[in-house]
Amino acid sequence: MPDLLIELFSEEIPARMQARAREDLKKLVTDGLVEAGLTYGGAAAFSTPRRLTLAIEGLTAESAAVREERKGPSAAAPEAAIEGFLRSTGLTRDQLELRDDKKGQTFFAVITKPGRKAPAIIAEVLEATIRTFPWPKSMRWGNGSLRWVRPLHSILCILSDEAGAEVVPLTLDGINAGNQTWGHRFLSKGAITVSSFDDYAAKLKRAHVLLDSAEREAHIWADAGNLAFAAGLELVEDKGLLSEVAGLVEWPVVLLGQIGEDFLGLPPEVLQTSMREHQKFFSVKNPRTGRIEGFVTVANTKTADHGATILKGNQKVLSARLSDAKFFWENDLRTVSTVGLEGMAEGLKNVTFHNKLGSQADRIARIEALAREIAPLVGASPDLAAEAARVMKADLQSAMVGEFPELQGIMGGYYARAAGLPEPVALACKAHYQPLGPSDAVPSDPVSVAVALADKIDTLTGFWAIDEKPTGSKDPFALRRAVLGKARLDVENDLRVGINAVVVWAFGGLVRQWNATCNLFVQLEKRQDGFFTLDVTQEYPASLSAKCTDVIVARVTDAERMIAEKKWKIQYLADGKVRDFGIYTKPMSLVSPDLLTFFHDRLKVFLKDQGIRHDVIDACLAMPGNDDLTLLVKRAEALAAFLKTDDGGNLLQGFKRANNILTQAEAKDGVEYSYGADVKFAETGEERALFAALDAADAAIAPAMKAEDFATAMQAMASLRAPTDAFFTAVQVNADSPVVRRNRLNLLSRIRTLCLSVADLTKLDG
Amino acid sequence: MTTTAPRSFQEIILRLQAYWAAKGCAVLQPYDMEVGAGTFHPATTLRSLGSKPWAAAYVQPSRRPTDGRYGENPNRLQHYYQYQVLIKPSPPDMQDLYLGSLAAIGIDTSLHDVRFVEDDWESPTLGAWGLGWEVWCDGMEVSQFTYFQQVGGHDCKPVSGELTYGLERLAMYVLGIDHVMDMPFNDPQSPIPLTYGDIFRQTEQEYSRHNFDQADTDMLFQHFKDAEAECARILAADEVDKAGRRIIMAHPAYDQCIKASHLFNLLDARGVISVTERQAYIGRVRALAKQCADAFIMTPAGGSQPQEG
Repeated sequence: MPDLLIELFSEEIPARMQARAREDLKKLVTDGLVEAGLTYGGAAAFSTPRRLTLAIEGLTAESAAVREERKGPSAAAPEAAIEGFLRSTGLTRDQLELRDDKKGQTFFAVITKPGRKAPAIIAEVLEATIRTFPWPKSMRWGNGSLRWVRPLHSILCILSDEAGAEVVPLTLDGINAGNQTWGHRFLSKGAITVSSFDDYAAKLKRAHVLLDSAEREAHIWADAGNLAFAAGLELVEDKGLLSEVAGLVEWPVVLLGQIGEDFLGLPPEVLQTSMREHQKFFSVKNPRTGRIEGFVTVANTKTADHGATILKGNQKVLSARLSDAKFFWENDLRTVSTVGLEGMAEGLKNVTFHNKLGSQADRIARIEALAREIAPLVGASPDLAAEAARVMKADLQSAMVGEFPELQGIMGGYYARAAGLPEPVALACKAHYQPLGPSDAVPSDPVSVAVALADKIDTLTGFWAIDEKPTGSKDPFALRRAVLGKARLDVENDLRVGINAVVVWAFGGLVRQWNATCNLFVQLEKRQDGFFTLDVTQEYPASLSAKCTDVIVARVTDAERMIAEKKWKIQYLADGKVRDFGIYTKPMSLVSPDLLTFFHDRLKVFLKDQGIRHDVIDACLAMPGNDDLTLLVKRAEALAAFLKTDDGGNLLQGFKRANNILTQAEAKDGVEYSYGADVKFAETGEERALFAALDAADAAIAPAMKAEDFATAMQAMASLRAPTDAFFTAVQVNADSPVVRRNRLNLLSRIRTLCLSVADLTKLDG
Repeated sequence: MTTTAPRSFQEIILRLQAYWAAKGCAVLQPYDMEVGAGTFHPATTLRSLGSKPWAAAYVQPSRRPTDGRYGENPNRLQHYYQYQVLIKPSPPDMQDLYLGSLAAIGIDTSLHDVRFVEDDWESPTLGAWGLGWEVWCDGMEVSQFTYFQQVGGHDCKPVSGELTYGLERLAMYVLGIDHVMDMPFNDPQSPIPLTYGDIFRQTEQEYSRHNFDQADTDMLFQHFKDAEAECARILAADEVDKAGRRIIMAHPAYDQCIKASHLFNLLDARGVISVTERQAYIGRVRALAKQCADAFIMTPAGGSQPQEG
């Protein structure tokens, strides 16, 4: 069976797109071939900056013939029906077969599609693949209309077997497929003719192209490590950079250089970021001091002077870059020493955070007030938390962060220490952004925790207040991440910071700022036919109308008249008067529950990833105190663990049985059985045993629940399993005696009440 | 190809001129207005539009008021030179042509590491974007290489290939100079050798002071408004003049767009445009560029067929 080799040779493909492109090429071509009836043994895709390559082994030489039989109308059917059948099958009347069927003579169409040769199928599939290739960004060039990531120069497409290789005929916008490729841009001359994948890979290697990016990565990593080791240094691992650099070279040549003495005093993060982002250099550190002292650069060519010129050039560029960084660093330190970090933060007044939520300075003022309120709940000093809030974003105004946004927070920490601020404040500069993702560390220092929470809650409350929630994949302000951040801060620090309370505080902060800057507040009720004005006031009302669905917060020129007339013109917002400001906001009464639901939805996703079923989470969400995420997660974890035990599963069955019997009886009798079970009406040993077990469980569960020790509470619940099972086996609940029956129902209700005090087990499946 | 190393800034420019002239480009002169980059020259912005083939190369003095450093920074200048090449449709060997130009100014690829690193170009003020690379020589960006996809909101058909060389930086690298002001402008063996600093140090100081401290912002705001209004007025004029000739004034209108763009840059350097206003001003310049592009493609140079009156 033949092998297929495809190479799409183009101008330089962006490194970041290559891995995905390899996968896409493999999938699109193999799927297309299989769909057209070919099979293959194996496929592998490769990329260099100038080529995407696919090698398929053991492809069938042609597709099998397909015979399809379709039943049509009866011979007696109207002419129109027969014509329709002919149209749909593409046959003529004399090609149809007449057969005897249950309903008499019936037309049958037998369509035989002959097998097709592989080349015809490959040409079709490859053309479709190229034309629909899912590049993140593609372009046209010259006079053509074909789109590719960069101009496509040639297509190599050959089928080869023992007998030799044949070119698959294909022409695409003037490019004829062939059996030729080209080697390294500078180290190789002329076209290379290839006859198979092995021939291709070997000839490319001779032409200074390493086809496999994994091989290039391994080569770079090994050479870089060896060079560093020989110099008594150590390479700093950076997988992302390694894969990027491997996508920038066809013939990697690794060079080690030193960082100028002048720059060794810069923070390591600055050196590393500057080298990585601007120059794609790896950092090399001195293992004794931990300082970054050197770099590794990877050239794409070998030279007669063994890279001396290249290294010199790179060193020069690095010096220019680091001179800039050093200038920024020294400038920033000077700023800090003259005006302090708070002085540096001054400029944030002029930086818009969001046009409806004010400047960064406005936001910081809100976070400061909120951090003060949260601080006692997390064991932090309110004054320190407030100080941290005031300075933790100051570095956004520093020259260094202006140049390297990814150093935000990190530079703040350096500058805070330079300014002699307390260590918890310095820590908070970086930590208040954390956790940045599911694998990022969660701050534990109390001051950091207080401001990290305040930052996230202010953001969430603000965007909910202006009704800009994440939709679908759009979440430009990373609100989902903020929710998860808050949850992880709570759970991992065992905090008890209920969402409802902090949202009230955060909302209060927004209202204070609106009152300070705006002079007109319009309560609206949204109805089917539009908005109805409920009231117009000069300040944000202390309590809003119950019907209020939206509040317009505005700064206008003639507020007095509108307040006096209790009238508001919607057009006023749109007439473009520069001095005026007006936004629609949502009232607290709508923000709070909606935000809580969002928290719960995200938490479900989060806990599901941890292996906790959605119904288990629902059973816990239905309990009081569900705005306390720590409590919620503890309860859910305990319940999930409990249900995995035999006792748990069986008790759940017992509970459901008890609950079903009760619900039916309650519906039938029109009463609620909730109180009054008395052991004196018990007739059997099993009944008495259940009474005793419930008493014992009650005694254990109440204090455990009070201590929020869900594991113990559920353990106690599990002790009910045997007596409950025994009860159901031995006892007929619906006894003839109404007294006995009522007593037994009330006994079941004790099981229900007890179980429901731990979680809402009715929500559980199964 | 072996070439002797160039010895001065001007020699590098002259070699580029000779190279691209030999490759068939019309060697144009700089545009006589203040622009932020060579792309603003109508020979690029407008000529990249429409179906007519085009090949031009030119030096364009460029001004970026915010980059002024009083002549002290080794690399940053508020006035500098770009070398610009625009070929429409982009030829299949555009990369090789470009590499040939590096060889012409003494960059030998058997000693240097030349690479094409992804860098997509976008000009929010021109409503333009393209895909391409920044070209690295030994880790330093020496040129921008772009295939224009859209200009002034119009799809480019055919696509132009654009090359932009940052002349000072490129020359400093080729000549081995660390501070731009020390770079020989003419041949250092000349009877009167002149460095870049001899010519530009004082002007960098003067313009830095002017741009940062002295430019009259009220006047600049007014001029911005005037240019904006004038652009619209020119384009709104009847296509047929008093003698009955159909003449669309795309270029005069585009001059006003260039003016507005530069005035915005000056206002930005003076720090009087807030972050939110910034977007709005960029949007206003873009609107002008788009209208000029719309007008240009209705002209003969823009590929429009003459209409019967």
